[in-house]
Amino acid sequence: MASSGDSGPASRRPRAAGKALYGGLPEPGPPGFAPRLLELADELRREGLAIGTSELLDAFHALEQLSWTSQEGFREALAATLAKSQEDRRVFELVFDRFFFRAVEREAVERGLREERYAGGDRLDFEELRERIREAVRAGSDGEMRDMARLAIAAFGRQGEGSGVIGVDVQRIRRALELRGEAGGRDLPDPESVPQDRLREFERHLRRELERALIERTQSLPPAKPLREFDRALPSGPLQDLAAVHRVVAQLKRRLATRGHEQGGRRRSAVVDVRRTMRASLETGGVPMRLRFRARRPRRPELYVLCDVSTSVTSASVFFLSVLHALHDSFRKLRSFVFVERISEVTDVFERERSFAAISHAIATDAGVADVSGYTDYGRVWLEFLAEVVDDLDPRSTVIVLGDARTNGREPHAQAFAAISERAGRTFWMNPEPRLYWNYGDSVISAYEPYCDGVFECWTTKQLEVFVNALAGGRGAPAAAR
Amino acid sequence: MQDGLGAVGYLAAESTALVAFLAAKLGKPVLVEGPAGVGKTELAKALSRATERKLIRLQCYEGLDEAKALYEWNYRKQLLRIQAESAGAGWEAVQEDIFGPEFLLTRPLLQAIEETDPVVLLIDEIDKTDQEFEAMLLEVLSEFQISIPELGVMEAKSLPLVLLTSNNSRELTEALKRRCLYLWLDYPDIERELEIVRLHAPELSETVARKLVEVVHLVRGLDLKKPPSIAESIDWARALIMLGADDIDSSVFERTMSIIVKHRTDLDVVAERVGVKLDDGLLGRLGTG
Repeated sequence: MASSGDSGPASRRPRAAGKALYGGLPEPGPPGFAPRLLELADELRREGLAIGTSELLDAFHALEQLSWTSQEGFREALAATLAKSQEDRRVFELVFDRFFFRAVEREAVERGLREERYAGGDRLDFEELRERIREAVRAGSDGEMRDMARLAIAAFGRQGEGSGVIGVDVQRIRRALELRGEAGGRDLPDPESVPQDRLREFERHLRRELERALIERTQSLPPAKPLREFDRALPSGPLQDLAAVHRVVAQLKRRLATRGHEQGGRRRSAVVDVRRTMRASLETGGVPMRLRFRARRPRRPELYVLCDVSTSVTSASVFFLSVLHALHDSFRKLRSFVFVERISEVTDVFERERSFAAISHAIATDAGVADVSGYTDYGRVWLEFLAEVVDDLDPRSTVIVLGDARTNGREPHAQAFAAISERAGRTFWMNPEPRLYWNYGDSVISAYEPYCDGVFECWTTKQLEVFVNALAGGRGAPAAAR
Repeated sequence: MQDGLGAVGYLAAESTALVAFLAAKLGKPVLVEGPAGVGKTELAKALSRATERKLIRLQCYEGLDEAKALYEWNYRKQLLRIQAESAGAGWEAVQEDIFGPEFLLTRPLLQAIEETDPVVLLIDEIDKTDQEFEAMLLEVLSEFQISIPELGVMEAKSLPLVLLTSNNSRELTEALKRRCLYLWLDYPDIERELEIVRLHAPELSETVARKLVEVVHLVRGLDLKKPPSIAESIDWARALIMLGADDIDSSVFERTMSIIVKHRTDLDVVAERVGVKLDDGLLGRLGTG
């Protein structure tokens, strides 16, 4: 970034011009360093970090100990004092980058700084540029990638006539550059492809440079958008997700195992144990002075999980399978079923295989999922479950259904489901669709809902946690969740 | 700080060194989280060596209580005293007597703040304890003092450098986190781990060491019950030296992989996935590509 002195009078612009056109800059806060830091903390709070006064004081103390010229030190010191978990740290990184990017851009707009950009794309050899960018992305040097991102925008971005939506522009430029991420799996890598994470990094640079150009052009800062769920999730890889699911399920196990011990009020709905009461009455000469109660047995965590694996829940079924996978790691008394049009038991697949990839493969190929038409038939699934399994159900078992309740217009057979839930102690439904879409189209979740102890929206580990917490609350909680 | 840690054989990342530095300067405890085997405990040991302070370690486990962590009255000694003095002395005098520092058995936390020279206090695997125990720690961690009902408040004679480690097996309470600096330790990248391996097994040739580290990273990428830790890559390097191996091919790997993979089901996965890649010669390219 050039300093204001030598940027030349031509690049200076009166601030008011941009302001009138595009709404200009948001009002600046009070000047100085401390208010900036408070603004940052405020933005972090808005993203859900718990930052108290003591954290802020720590942050100030920490910064006092450091030379303020070291950028890494500054960032690390703030992170160590403000972000207190791995997830927080991730959000912190994103917000920190956004905050200071905006701060710098605002400064630039205020002072009327403009960067010299390489405008004419005609003198560039596109093939050569592509090759150089690919090299840079593979090498992964930060500065180099940024320079290349600028070049790419100059060459393919058609300055000034972009779509106006940055995400679209980024993808268009990426396609123009013929950049492809490496496909997973064991195939020999395509020589043209680049590692996935580097590619994402490069896209980030592209996005940032485009934003910068947009701010410069319009002389205004767009309002800061909250982070998307997608961004703030930890850099995924199904493996990490799997680990998170396993963690939550471990919690679920503890909750289920201890239930019954803490069911509110020790004596409520207790049953008098006649034999023991008579025995105890011997002490008092045969007069039953003290009642003895039957010991309440804790609920055996006996689980029946039914998982929809049809195409309408494709995106969620990986998540569901990983939930199942994790459940099998934790529970011994667990029977799992998958269904599309008909139901089939896959308990033994999970017991035989441990690797998640192997399990999904086995289920996809030979679990015997009777998938004639590829359309889910919930009604038929209940009837079959009722015929084959229901005798094993007892009041101490818990049935969990993972599915979107989209019957493709077939008879839902809610009565059959009611019979199942009658036999089972508790029935829960986890729906991978946002609540907004329930009961639209062929979704018949409302037909089943009255027979469940709880219906939950569930497609992230966070929601899985909500489910687990509701479970811990016992029968009272689902009503609140509804 | 980074150099200091490096001198005692701990190659710390920039952020690790910085947080350690801040902890020493601000007198705040550090909460270190990360997967098993990335050197969380080792960091505390290295810090104690680098600052030449004594290391006091409190290993946490389920059911750990204050009698094991803070202090305990030496009951037998109290009894002896009572017996010795029972004749003559009044109730008041004996009571005054037997609740003195003399009859206190110091446990790690009390010991740490009793020392006149500052120490490094390591509270290992804090996530193994119950929430109640965490609450009890708060007084020690923020005020560096311990209240003993019979004696009053014991204040720290020197400020210890406190490290708490956690494997993230449960969420720690906000109150505890609030009092700590936070450090997330992750597995090091290939270059840093290579340095670490070379530091601890200098006899291993550069190329073999690089290949070894690449294999370890590959194995960590699989879905294993227990991914190999840094200590295990060092062990493996030493084993290779002892075997005199000058390359890691599939047969060497087959024979020695039990050093880095410690689960029967994991062994199968690793043998299947990594063995193939070793034969293809795909691995050499990872580092240069």
